[in-house]
Amino acid sequence: MTMSNRPLSPHLQIYRPQLTSVLSITHRMTGIFLALGTLVLLFWLSAAAGGPDAYAAAQSVLDMVIVKLVLVGWTWAFFYHLCNGLRHLCWDAGWGFELGTAYASGYAVLATSIVVTLLVWGYVLAAPGGVA
Amino acid sequence: MSLRSALGRVKGLGSAKEGVGHWRVQRLTAMALVPLSLWFVLSLLRVFNNSHSEVVAWVSAPTVTVLLIALSAMLFWHLQLGLQVVIEDYVHTPWKQIAMQSLLRAGAGLGALIAIVSILKISLALG
Repeated sequence: MTMSNRPLSPHLQIYRPQLTSVLSITHRMTGIFLALGTLVLLFWLSAAAGGPDAYAAAQSVLDMVIVKLVLVGWTWAFFYHLCNGLRHLCWDAGWGFELGTAYASGYAVLATSIVVTLLVWGYVLAAPGGVA
Repeated sequence: MSLRSALGRVKGLGSAKEGVGHWRVQRLTAMALVPLSLWFVLSLLRVFNNSHSEVVAWVSAPTVTVLLIALSAMLFWHLQLGLQVVIEDYVHTPWKQIAMQSLLRAGAGLGALIAIVSILKISLALG
């Protein structure tokens, strides 16, 4: 029996994209991105453990515009993964499987993650001595 | 040599041969991370601009130390379980599968250790 050339899951390219599938793959991609983001967390924590000089050096790296942009992306990925994760937990509990509900909760997750990300970064940029 | 019967050994393990352990722990760590990660991000909004001594004072508060360690453990555990499935889905060569799963576990374990040791070093004022 030749097994080697059989298509293996997930072969996503044969499906027409729809909200539910796009949100699902986005959940996985934000998860991978957040996992990489823990490197920034470790960088910050170990710098704080390293003393004032190491911490100041780390702060100057984190203050770079390019890093800030990545952190904005990280913030959205976090709130998206959190909201959509709650959506998944509701499904696991057997709630919200109806097509209409699944679409409504999908749009709610998108809207909430974007609005909260804007609120957070509005607060950060407006904070006294904040990151201008 | 096990005294369990063949039926007893396989019951509840299903076609994946490992039962629902992975699925359940992924959900449990997710549920733990909901309050822990929200608390952490909201706290960061308060301390991100503070001086080193203020950050050290924040981490050193016993409640914060405990919550940060709990967050680190849950975070790296959840991360390992999630990325494990991604690798299972997309890597189809057995030796690459084993190598990447081992690297993932090593990386996640080291990450958790670095986080927890850093937190303890700050909190116990060894630095």
